[in-house]
Amino acid sequence: MSEMKIVSGNFAAAYGAKLSRVEVVAAYPITPQTEVVEKIAELVAEGEMDSEYIKVESEHSAMAACIAASNAGARAYTASSAHGLALMHELLIWASGARLPVVMTNINRAMGPPWSVWADHHDTLAQKGTGQLQFFCESNQEVLDSVIMAYKICEDEDIMLPAMVVEDAFILSHTKEPVEIYDQELVDEFLPSYDPDYKLDVDQPLGFGSLGMPDWYMDFRYKIAEAFEKAPDKIMEVNKEFEEVFGRDPGGLIEKYKTDGVDVLIVTMGSISSTSKDVIDELREEGHNVGLARLRTFRPFPVEEFRKLTKGVNVVGVMDRSYTFGHGGDAAREIKDALYGHRDVILKDYIVGLGGRDLTPKILKNVMLDAISLQDKGLDKEIEWVDLKINQERWRR
Amino acid sequence: MAKVPEMELMNKGTTACPGCGAAHAMRYMLKALGKKTMINIPACCWAVIPGVYPSRNLEIPLLYTAFETTGASSSGVRAALNAKGVDPREITVVGFAGDGGTADIGIQALSGCLERGTDTIQVMYDNEAYMNTGIQRSGETPYGAWTTTTPVGSQKAWKKNPKKNMMEVVNAHGIPYAATVSIGHPELMIEKIQKAKDIPGPKFIHIYAPCPTGWRSDPSITIELCKLAVDSCVFPLYEIEYGEYKIYKKPKNKIPVKDYLKLQGRFRHLPQEEVEMIQKNVDKEWELLLKKEEFTNE
Repeated sequence: MSEMKIVSGNFAAAYGAKLSRVEVVAAYPITPQTEVVEKIAELVAEGEMDSEYIKVESEHSAMAACIAASNAGARAYTASSAHGLALMHELLIWASGARLPVVMTNINRAMGPPWSVWADHHDTLAQKGTGQLQFFCESNQEVLDSVIMAYKICEDEDIMLPAMVVEDAFILSHTKEPVEIYDQELVDEFLPSYDPDYKLDVDQPLGFGSLGMPDWYMDFRYKIAEAFEKAPDKIMEVNKEFEEVFGRDPGGLIEKYKTDGVDVLIVTMGSISSTSKDVIDELREEGHNVGLARLRTFRPFPVEEFRKLTKGVNVVGVMDRSYTFGHGGDAAREIKDALYGHRDVILKDYIVGLGGRDLTPKILKNVMLDAISLQDKGLDKEIEWVDLKINQERWRR
Repeated sequence: MAKVPEMELMNKGTTACPGCGAAHAMRYMLKALGKKTMINIPACCWAVIPGVYPSRNLEIPLLYTAFETTGASSSGVRAALNAKGVDPREITVVGFAGDGGTADIGIQALSGCLERGTDTIQVMYDNEAYMNTGIQRSGETPYGAWTTTTPVGSQKAWKKNPKKNMMEVVNAHGIPYAATVSIGHPELMIEKIQKAKDIPGPKFIHIYAPCPTGWRSDPSITIELCKLAVDSCVFPLYEIEYGEYKIYKKPKNKIPVKDYLKLQGRFRHLPQEEVEMIQKNVDKEWELLLKKEEFTNE
């Protein structure tokens, strides 16, 4: 029987791995991910989870061990955050190059220095080019759902890619919410066991990852690109199937919140989306024609969906909880890419909440009102940093 | 003494240089372990020797992995096999790395692998420098050697640091078995690797593997160099089983180190006093090893 439990985002991730019948876990502790590895250790120790748990000596080794286990035909899982994820970088690329459906949970945390353990998307978005699918979660339920879904998507023979299911530090990782822990049989029905066509096998000895000369390498890369092109449809297909089995829509590529016929579209990612939806309601009551798009799937980037969603829209206000130096907020930049040559729309990038800076409804409302005001006054700035010490008065009033 | 099995799991057609010690190392190791072996290979000469995609000259499953990950990768493969219910005595998981991949960039993953007790054989085939990238010094390059990053020149900048003692490093992890082996003594090498295969837990094998290209030695004397290394006590053949040392091939007549050094261009620049110092150090290490053997077998 499925049951409701009050659990943190980290526990939800651990239960997601358990329900996915992960065969090998290799993980290294880092704040604020530690509860994931602790909970899995406990589940394994209690015999509730039948997994080989490799207590590695670094995140780099964690992903290396997952890659090896996956190559040997096992379903593999890890979890990390920020500096741990950065240390994994080489292996994140390796996992996609090797076409291995390793799924990980990353707790979005700011990168030091200065040291910070709080919510920020830069760690995950710095890995956007590594060939990982990336799912940004809004709630603890979605964390659990997305881990299960990610295996289903990634293990599809047309995809065969690794994925990151990400949740914001503390706001989700350490905050308890009611989460439905599904009946194992139901999950088994949705997610069959992992049985790859090619794996390490002494009876059929193959070599994995050998030297590829220039006459081969590029074609392998193209195959990965092809899989990414197929991924949006696959994600939506699995999303639909998930909804049919579990009665819940985790959000697909983009979750559309009151976006029909809006003049102003606000774009958010991760945990700020919930507060933002309340603010949207308030603004709509006040007569503003505004809606919210929650960007759930950052990789593959939902290009077509953004084009559709912005038809007839005057202003797109993007809230980025990350900033790539010399470039801008990642989501805003990518949306601009998607809309280039398709939509003539005002787009403003708001840099918000870096390093866990609190985003109150008041601040979010001021951001949205600023976006709404652009309809009359036009674009004042392409990128605006919100709630800095030098401009706090404006955003908090 | 073990016989060298006739079975070949390494086919002809490698990309190895003439006289490559590492090629022999793999061949004999596979003869010892047989078909039911899975090998993790990081960046090293052996990432290239089996041939480039889609060719491959080994008849066992190969997993190429990132440079610094051999130990972690081996743990991953072993864990997957455990999850599938495959007994470690049925399939042997091997990490096969060069000296750089073992003793330098890979030492953390190796240490982790040994410490957490992965049932695997971690092999260091030691050609005493980064040979695949073109003869740069490693932690295993011996004192006095020329490499491209320890050039001789007017500053006499040959390597001034001792060779890292990996047998002691791995032994400090309290593992059940570690052995040095040499392709110059293939029967003994096979015997020790087969012994390692049957012992549960993490094992370490240090294979001495001359590199004519990097050592500036004649490719036809690779095996002779191996024997000279053993007979001069530069590379003693010994094993450590549950902490007990046993020198399993003691030279009948210990030969001078200079007889070993003089056949290699990489030591050609060394003045007489340096050669004497190397001799003293080799003698000291040898005496120490004899004492360890005596002490741990009391």
